[in-house]
Amino acid sequence: MATMTTTYSTRGADPATAPAFLAPLDHLRSGLPGAALSWVRDLREQGRERFAAVGLPTVRNESWRYTNLRDLGKLTFQPAVTADSDACFDVLPTVRPEGHGPRLVFVDGRFRAELSSTEGLPAGVELLSLATALTDHGDLVGDHIGRLAAADDRPLVALNSAYLADGPVLRIPRGVALAQPIELVFVSVGAEGRATSFHPRTLIVAEAGSRAVVVEHHVGCGTGTTLANHVAEIFVGEGATLHHYKAQREGGAAFHLSHTAATVAKDGCYDNFILTLGGRLSRNEVVSTLAGTDARTHVSGGYMVRGNQHADTTTLIDHAQPNGTSREVYKGVIDDTARAVFQGKIIVRPQAQKTDGHQLNRALLLSDTAEIDAKPELEIHADDVKCSHGCTAGELDDNALFYLRARGIDQETARGLLIGAFLAEAMEEIAEEPIREAFHSLVAGWLEEKR
Amino acid sequence: MAAQPETIEQVRAVTEQKYKYGFTTDIESDVAPKGLNEDIVRFISAKKNEPEWLLEWRLKAFRVWQTMEEPQWAAVSFPPIDYQDAHYYAAPKMKAGPKSLDEVDPELLKTYAKLGIPLREQEILAGVEGSEGKSPAIAVDAVFDSVSVATTFKAKLEEMGIIFCAISEAVQKHPDLVKKYLGSVVPYTDNFYATLNCAVFTDGSFVYIPKGVRCPMELSTYFRINQANTGQFERTLIIADAGSYVSYLEGCTAPKRDENQLHAAVVELVAHDDATIKYSTVQNWYPGNEEGVGGIYNFVTKRGACRGKNSKISWTQVETGSAITWKYPSCILQGDNSVGEFYSVAITNNFQQADTGTKMIHIGKNTRSTIVSKGISAGKAQQTYRGLVKILPKAEGARNHTQCDSLLIGDQCGAHTVPYIESRNRSARIEHEATTAKISEDQLFYCRQRGISEEDAVSLIVNGFCKEVLKELPMEFAVEAQKLVGISLEGSVG
Amino acid sequence: MIEIKNLHAKVDGKDILKGVDLTIRPGEVHAIMGPNGAGKSTLSYVLAGRDGYEVTKGSVTYYGKDLLALEPEERAAAGVFLAFQYPVEIPGVANTTFLKTALNAIRKHRGEKELDAMQFLKLLREKTKALGMSDEMLKRAVNVGFSGGEKKRNETLQMAVLEPKFAVLDETDSGLDIDALKIVAEGVNALRSPERSMLVITHYQRLLDYIVPDHVHVLAAGRIVKSGGKELALELEKNGYRDFGVNEAA
Repeated sequence: MATMTTTYSTRGADPATAPAFLAPLDHLRSGLPGAALSWVRDLREQGRERFAAVGLPTVRNESWRYTNLRDLGKLTFQPAVTADSDACFDVLPTVRPEGHGPRLVFVDGRFRAELSSTEGLPAGVELLSLATALTDHGDLVGDHIGRLAAADDRPLVALNSAYLADGPVLRIPRGVALAQPIELVFVSVGAEGRATSFHPRTLIVAEAGSRAVVVEHHVGCGTGTTLANHVAEIFVGEGATLHHYKAQREGGAAFHLSHTAATVAKDGCYDNFILTLGGRLSRNEVVSTLAGTDARTHVSGGYMVRGNQHADTTTLIDHAQPNGTSREVYKGVIDDTARAVFQGKIIVRPQAQKTDGHQLNRALLLSDTAEIDAKPELEIHADDVKCSHGCTAGELDDNALFYLRARGIDQETARGLLIGAFLAEAMEEIAEEPIREAFHSLVAGWLEEKR
Repeated sequence: MAAQPETIEQVRAVTEQKYKYGFTTDIESDVAPKGLNEDIVRFISAKKNEPEWLLEWRLKAFRVWQTMEEPQWAAVSFPPIDYQDAHYYAAPKMKAGPKSLDEVDPELLKTYAKLGIPLREQEILAGVEGSEGKSPAIAVDAVFDSVSVATTFKAKLEEMGIIFCAISEAVQKHPDLVKKYLGSVVPYTDNFYATLNCAVFTDGSFVYIPKGVRCPMELSTYFRINQANTGQFERTLIIADAGSYVSYLEGCTAPKRDENQLHAAVVELVAHDDATIKYSTVQNWYPGNEEGVGGIYNFVTKRGACRGKNSKISWTQVETGSAITWKYPSCILQGDNSVGEFYSVAITNNFQQADTGTKMIHIGKNTRSTIVSKGISAGKAQQTYRGLVKILPKAEGARNHTQCDSLLIGDQCGAHTVPYIESRNRSARIEHEATTAKISEDQLFYCRQRGISEEDAVSLIVNGFCKEVLKELPMEFAVEAQKLVGISLEGSVG
Repeated sequence: MIEIKNLHAKVDGKDILKGVDLTIRPGEVHAIMGPNGAGKSTLSYVLAGRDGYEVTKGSVTYYGKDLLALEPEERAAAGVFLAFQYPVEIPGVANTTFLKTALNAIRKHRGEKELDAMQFLKLLREKTKALGMSDEMLKRAVNVGFSGGEKKRNETLQMAVLEPKFAVLDETDSGLDIDALKIVAEGVNALRSPERSMLVITHYQRLLDYIVPDHVHVLAAGRIVKSGGKELALELEKNGYRDFGVNEAA
């Protein structure tokens, strides 16, 4: 009777788009890392079969009704095979004003050891590339990869699995608290005159009682079209806390697709914040499952788009056990002919009594041609719960604007102030101050460019 | 007017009755053979003595329907419906077009008396004169299975130019109006159930309010499914010409039967400049028994077009019946400054399922819409609010406010909220809020400490929860609706 | 007559009441004073029958009946009234409707004829006037948007309408300024009668200046540790609860 949909249906699939994406795989497969491991081969094969059967999702797929991947399907992407890009990176993005600290850098999805560092990590913490892990630590990743991000449900996860090769791997052992944030830097470079794709896989295992802050930077350089198809699997152990922040400011020719699946054990806390500024088309899927009692999750973010950008935020908070708490605050600013999509769903399973779930999405439209499409959803199967969502769309408050101008502030500065104030409620969700500051300056930069 | 009187006494008075409308009327009927094909469509059209254009329209719809698929997106589940295994026409045998109630079968009159539906004008008038001596408060069109059996106060309304009659009669007497407006809000290609309705609709009400006329009484249609194995496909069309006002009520019941019966109605409303249509429904089709056997499948398309400037359409619904409800009364706000409202209470208990909500399509400037939805789910029921607020680029200054609250009673039911919000105009302001909670233990204990039993306390609290919606109902319905709230939740606590 | 004997009760698995003994005769007003966390509110909820307040030992005999065996509404019908420390808001339910529903439920239970709308309104008007409450407050939803003082007056009005035999006033003075306190106390005093017993629960002596009790008890750590006349309250006011092994900054 109860339709408990946590999976996206394959309705609205387009298998015709699959061959172009899968063809390069035939030449690649044997050369991919971990080819000797049977579970890796199986995972890739299942992903390939699945994607071959469904292809790219279309707008007839309920989960994709507002985001059309037609443009993606028209391009022929070449997978980035090796980290052959010679692009020179003078300054890589960081939240650390003083410079170096632990970080992994990936260029077109491939690990670049010479740009990375694991200095200063406490003993027992593992921070390495998936390609290395598949070669040297097959057991560490074998227990986790593919467990959360099921290829069955999501075509792009299937595609990612088919190309599984590299990405960051982080394991924080039981009880260890990391003093400084770990930075993961993804640079999309691509190549002039052709479209390049890569499919990084992130794995983070925060064992019981551990604590860590992870910051992802996604940036672009070069003018080639790129497709970054990320999948992240995140395990937050009992009583562990993971703060996971992401700033996406890829270039105007970038497609950025990302699926993050997190599971939170008893008394654990998973905190996710995504600031979206870049990309021609982006989609961030965040699925956070409260799999233990008394677990918490915060899933928040800001999206700021203009020109003809399209930014999609699709979240699912799955309360599977009692006494869970979830909180979600998203703010969006949409200018020019840009379009933003927010789909947020809270599920409360029958046994998840005493759940407390709140969600808020507010969008600001700055132009006559901007568009917001929102679908905040509640699916509640337990009675002793408190759940709510709020959703608004509108423009800047004329009265406030006038008030500022009457005090001598010019129109553009006044607008900037008000937009900043509008975003503040979401930015406050970033618990770590240095990161909040760093993200604030990204927002300030965006506003500055606008002028 | 707000009506919050004497709730509990009324609830108690009727609380043992369960579904009191579950009787059947033993009456001889004219029934079409089972099945659905072009011949049946022609048969219905011939029975109604329809003009050629209408038959052609029906056949076009039927041909489109054959190419359509049942919608799958609603959060309801039911075994496949065999559309060939039902009668598409059933009518009580009576003289064609009874001139007065004296010609109507006494069995039918008894049925309506039992349902508490007034059909004898003199009795209503007598009753009313006895109290305040005003003009009658309500005029009724009674639809029994596939046909309209009686319409009261027609003559009095005609004096003011108001047309209130069965739609089959309107086809004969006012073909131009019907031809102009039928399908103009819900086209024959609209959706699976509406298209089926276009092909096989049998009867329903037709209302036309002329320019500047304020309809002096509530107009009401009372729908009754009696015959077994029949679908009911009524069609209602209401046109409010410039500057007019009408308040329309709709009520529905059906006998208890073990098999499911399909009810696929279409309602179209058109409001011209400065006109207001207020449409209220108390839907109490048979919901099935405690085990989920039987009950009506209520798959209904209701839509209003605010064509003129400053026009207003207000939907109020109290949905307590039906095994499955699939219904989204909507407003297309075309005229500048037009207003759409949707006030809904939906209660599902036992194995009932409801997927209901509204669409507000803002096209004109300064259009405003308000959505207030109160959902109560108990037993093993599943309920979904599904709504769309869409602001098109030219809807400068549009406003929407949506409040969507769900209450859960018991740990085996579900309440879901699926709103779609699409804005393409920056000056539009949209606010959507939704909450889900259970009945507060504090409130229950407070009531019980004051001596109120748990079941009465639930009814009282739920009525309070729904008050924002119930106060939108005309007085005649508000009292009935409050009683229904209590009855529908019977057995859900303890 | 109410006899509480060796009453033990648990909340959330924690022992709160640890052997309360108390006898209240018709017409008597008893005050229970005690520091925060002594179990004052727990005692009031146990007497009214709130879920989650588990009696593990002891008894409460109410006019010869086992009070603890009754459902909350049966206790109310038998004449037990609890004036809540935090009166509950019930949106959408008019105060009048609520009171009428409650009164008629209780009357029915007692085998009395239910009041019709006219009779009820007449009764309500009388009681309202005595408490200086406006008609407008009656039309509003139960306690919704009421100030602290209005809520407590509303509790007193309900008591006046339902005419209980045994009223428990739980921290009726909390959140009231002195003027509001006087009005509420006057209302309560007007209800004192030889047939009606009251149990006034309070942290401060102040309320007892206006509702003068016949007996005062000190509740500390789940037991009544001292009983006396009204002068005990003044003593407590001066010395605090220290003598009872409780350190309070208040």
